[in-house]
Amino acid sequence: MQTLGNFKLPNFFNYPPYFTLQPVRDTREKQVQLWKELILDYCRTQKIFVIALDEEFPLFSNPVIESIAGSLNHEARQAFLSALVSEGRAEWMHKGHRKCLILWHRIQDWADSIVQFVKDNGLEDTVMTVEEIRSGVESRGTELHGIDRTILMRALKLLENKGKLVIFKGSSADDEGIKFSL
Amino acid sequence: MSTRCLPAAQLTGSGRPVFISGEVESSLISGVDIEPVDQNPNLSPLKSGILILTTHRLIWISDSSSAAISAFAIPLSAVIHIFSPKKSIKAMFASPRIRIQVLISPQNGFVDEKGSKSMVITIVVRGKTDPEAFLGKLSEAWRGRAWETLKVESSSSTSTDEGSSRSGLRTRSAVVGVAGILRKEQEMWESTDKSLQEAFQDLNALMNKAKEMVMLAEKMRQKLLSGPSTQGSGTNDEEIGSKQEMQDWMLSVGIASPVTKESAGALYHQQLSRQLADFVKIPLEKAGGMINLIDIYCVFNRARGTELISPEDLLQACSIWEKIDVPVMLRKFDSGVMVIQNKSYSDEEVLARIKTLVLKPDALRSGVSASDAAMTLGIAPALAKEHLLTAESKGLLCRDISPDGFRFYVNLFGEILAEDILLVKDYGTYGAWISAVLASR
Repeated sequence: MQTLGNFKLPNFFNYPPYFTLQPVRDTREKQVQLWKELILDYCRTQKIFVIALDEEFPLFSNPVIESIAGSLNHEARQAFLSALVSEGRAEWMHKGHRKCLILWHRIQDWADSIVQFVKDNGLEDTVMTVEEIRSGVESRGTELHGIDRTILMRALKLLENKGKLVIFKGSSADDEGIKFSL
Repeated sequence: MSTRCLPAAQLTGSGRPVFISGEVESSLISGVDIEPVDQNPNLSPLKSGILILTTHRLIWISDSSSAAISAFAIPLSAVIHIFSPKKSIKAMFASPRIRIQVLISPQNGFVDEKGSKSMVITIVVRGKTDPEAFLGKLSEAWRGRAWETLKVESSSSTSTDEGSSRSGLRTRSAVVGVAGILRKEQEMWESTDKSLQEAFQDLNALMNKAKEMVMLAEKMRQKLLSGPSTQGSGTNDEEIGSKQEMQDWMLSVGIASPVTKESAGALYHQQLSRQLADFVKIPLEKAGGMINLIDIYCVFNRARGTELISPEDLLQACSIWEKIDVPVMLRKFDSGVMVIQNKSYSDEEVLARIKTLVLKPDALRSGVSASDAAMTLGIAPALAKEHLLTAESKGLLCRDISPDGFRFYVNLFGEILAEDILLVKDYGTYGAWISAVLASR
């Protein structure tokens, strides 16, 4: 079976029509669905949070297929990502639709795992910085390690609105402090 | 109803008269009755039909909307007098009438050019056509005595069979090998060339010459057709081959009497439509039941020789098919491509053949292009593409756009489960596709 790094690719990845946006509605719906699953699976295993439309993305081209269709064109990329966005599994980061935030966990799920992480490590009523959550010793081995900053901030904001923590400006300009109050 | 004194005229499948060799249509009027002046047990009146005047005959065809089409002909050779129209107060209010005197056989009263008795037949023109003009053409055709030139020619080439008296239409045959045909053809082309040059001197002359040329082509065809039967022994394969080729070539050239605006007037499109329906049968058969409208336009105009029709005329003639009973139809694809197809033509059959095609291991692996499909289905690539697009829109195929253009693959998307994208069922097309791809590595 073909792989991309340690990611197992499905057989249909070598099916040339998979890389051409299908014009017939029923066929296209099915194609879009398969692309959504593949993008989410790949991003989850590879911990990818952002896909830029104009940049190389391993999943969007297949060197085995010789045609130009061996890589997705811009229209097709946009169509598949938009399908994810409309399901709430992705968000455009700019109005220009050039970069897309992939939410293989929804924001709510991320918030839940933050709460779980805090409880597991007995960090209730303590103060941490955002960077410490992303790359600190405590988060090593958890999903939160290396999380995209934008997604983390969104999840933290969600928890703040629920009164479970307070975000405040820290001493350094580019880092914020968090006071948990679970 | 008794019409036995008039010989029946043969019709084609779509209701056009079958012309005898050398016969050229010159005028057509509608809403015509034919009735005898005196009561005649052999001829009851024929009501409201189409009357076609040719160089040889007057052909009456019953109204096409009625169930059974019947047709009768009066050979002009039997006409001995055409009465000039009466000028009277009464005649001004009645429908215009044309009266002709024809010879009949004394024994049975049939119309016969060798008859010794005669009767007068009235042609009543109820349609909105100009009877004066028709009368003029009728007299012209009658005085032209086209049937006599034919007779003279046939008696000079072979001994005419005196027994067949009706119109002296026995096919002539005295062709000496292919060289003879070719030489004759050469001579004919030279004389045709001459007539062309003469013809261009003035338009009226051109119209007359056009008729001559159509007759010329028809005669050549007849000679070629009758050639092989008289050839006897001593023909080698090569001769037969070249003769066959020439026959094909000649056959594709001739519609002997094309329907023209001049001859058919208001009924032009309807008659053209019928003639076209007759004409497309053979090309359709060759093309497997469906043919591009543009191709038909070229072939049809080539066959018509000098009387070319415009694309609009062709389109109009095709659209009339819906209203009359012919075995062909016009079809428009979503892409705008228009084709002519047999009514019996079925998409399902083509879809089934496309499906077999895309399931072959090679096609599973690398898809099919329009030209691949054209070769397998035996049709033009443009049509093959239409069929592939139809199959795609039905979900049978899906496309891949490659540098060489579109390639179509069997649609596997339906078989793959989005819930488990790595799963492959043991049976089904997806499995077959995977093994075909693995086999190629």
